[in-house]
Amino acid sequence: MNLDRETQYLFGGTLGILTVASVIGWVLKARITSEGGRKVVDNLVSRTNAWWVMAAVFGGALAIGKLAPVFLFAFTSFLALREFITLTPTRRGDHRSLFWAFFVILPLQYWTLASDWYGLFSILIPVYAFLFIPVRNAIAGDTEHFLERTAKIQWGLMIAVYSVSHAPALVTLLEIPGYTGNAKLLFFLVFVAQISDVLQYVWGKLCGRHPIAPKLSPNKTIEGFVGGSLSAIAAGTALWWATPFTPLQAAGMSAVIVLMGFFGGLVMSAIKRDRGVKDYGETIPGHGGVLDRIDSLCFAAPVFFHCVRYWFTA
Amino acid sequence: MIARIIASLARLLTGARAHWHGCLPEAKLRVYFANHTSNLDLVLLWASLPPELRRITRPVGAQDYWSSGIRAFLSLRVFRAVLIERKQVTKSNNPLRPMLAALEGGESLIIFPEGTRNPNGEVNEFRPGLFHLAKARPDVEFVPVFIDNLNRVLPKGEILPVPILCSVRFGTPLTLATDETKPQFLTRAREAMLALRPQ
Repeated sequence: MNLDRETQYLFGGTLGILTVASVIGWVLKARITSEGGRKVVDNLVSRTNAWWVMAAVFGGALAIGKLAPVFLFAFTSFLALREFITLTPTRRGDHRSLFWAFFVILPLQYWTLASDWYGLFSILIPVYAFLFIPVRNAIAGDTEHFLERTAKIQWGLMIAVYSVSHAPALVTLLEIPGYTGNAKLLFFLVFVAQISDVLQYVWGKLCGRHPIAPKLSPNKTIEGFVGGSLSAIAAGTALWWATPFTPLQAAGMSAVIVLMGFFGGLVMSAIKRDRGVKDYGETIPGHGGVLDRIDSLCFAAPVFFHCVRYWFTA
Repeated sequence: MIARIIASLARLLTGARAHWHGCLPEAKLRVYFANHTSNLDLVLLWASLPPELRRITRPVGAQDYWSSGIRAFLSLRVFRAVLIERKQVTKSNNPLRPMLAALEGGESLIIFPEGTRNPNGEVNEFRPGLFHLAKARPDVEFVPVFIDNLNRVLPKGEILPVPILCSVRFGTPLTLATDETKPQFLTRAREAMLALRPQ
């Protein structure tokens, strides 16, 4: 384990932010007495505690190196796909297709990362899994809601496996001239996406008035979106020294991540509303399920990956 | 050792959480009665008990299903199942006898009062065994349990499970009321179980 100087700064900075968040939590807990306020603060504290755990796991994977992020995101995909499929009413006839999705297609997708095979990485799910799932379902013979059921499994694979796998792909599949330590790029993506969620939440709580999508997420406001996005872009820009980007490019990349992340949150909320649930699961205390936490990443990761690949690799 | 591995695997596959709604996981003499939709019911319910309760809780299974090959090994060595006859019941192999003997020895039981799996996720009428147990041991707590979603993990007729989130809910314990009849008790027990079903 050999961390370069920039990585040490990034880890140190994260440690600092989490410490500040925990201290704020303690202070608020001691001060607030109203019933409603206490609920918000309790949720804040359990969210912060969960952040410590997530940061430790993520940081550990980055520090160990190349294959560790691949395994971490493979497991994340497994948990996310499990949540997605649980929420989707599947039928008996989908059983075998689901088995393939979880135990063959998912591992294969991450195996392409471990073996540096960009060609297969980029088409395994959109081409082969896309065609295979309906075939397997057709062989199973249940025609009721056929297109719907098939599409739901395809969607789950695209969102929870294919999209998510673009995050560790930053580490294994990209070679950027004059830049080493791609783990920092993965850190940049995850940091900007997550800090954007956090800042939008904070800005919304502080001065949110006008709901931006009242039907989808009553808690998302225009003030929260604008304030959170701008400050997240500022935070991302401030990290330009750890990336292959100039400050201006870092701002542009951050804007892409923030915007895609926002759309991701919106779309995944729409699915939850349709199914009549508030969260995808209860794996992470204070946050909900894994899919609730990575919804922004699902949309940001592939677009960020391709922006970097198109403009910055040889 | 094997028991622990199986329990962890079952939980990894189903992410199952035990929700103790009506009682706490205490080392009292109990009969847990649950709905039955999948072969994994027994494993999952058993796995969602804390390890110290697992040691004093034995699932009740059908003699004809659990007595050969790997199943025999699992039922006898790992789960320490109480096997009962369900095909040709005579006076000498009365299924109540081994169950009462286990309770006598201070061990709790897991039973599936519908008697057979119901793959569509509904809950059938209960067989009378539950009532006879309650009558013989009015001091024992009868805890209703609802296992949700497990029929999607391993539907009847499939060998390979898929990961789907499940939950195991424990309700408020029942005991047989004085002069409660068999149908009354069985209906009350079934309703207590159905009340645990998530909306």
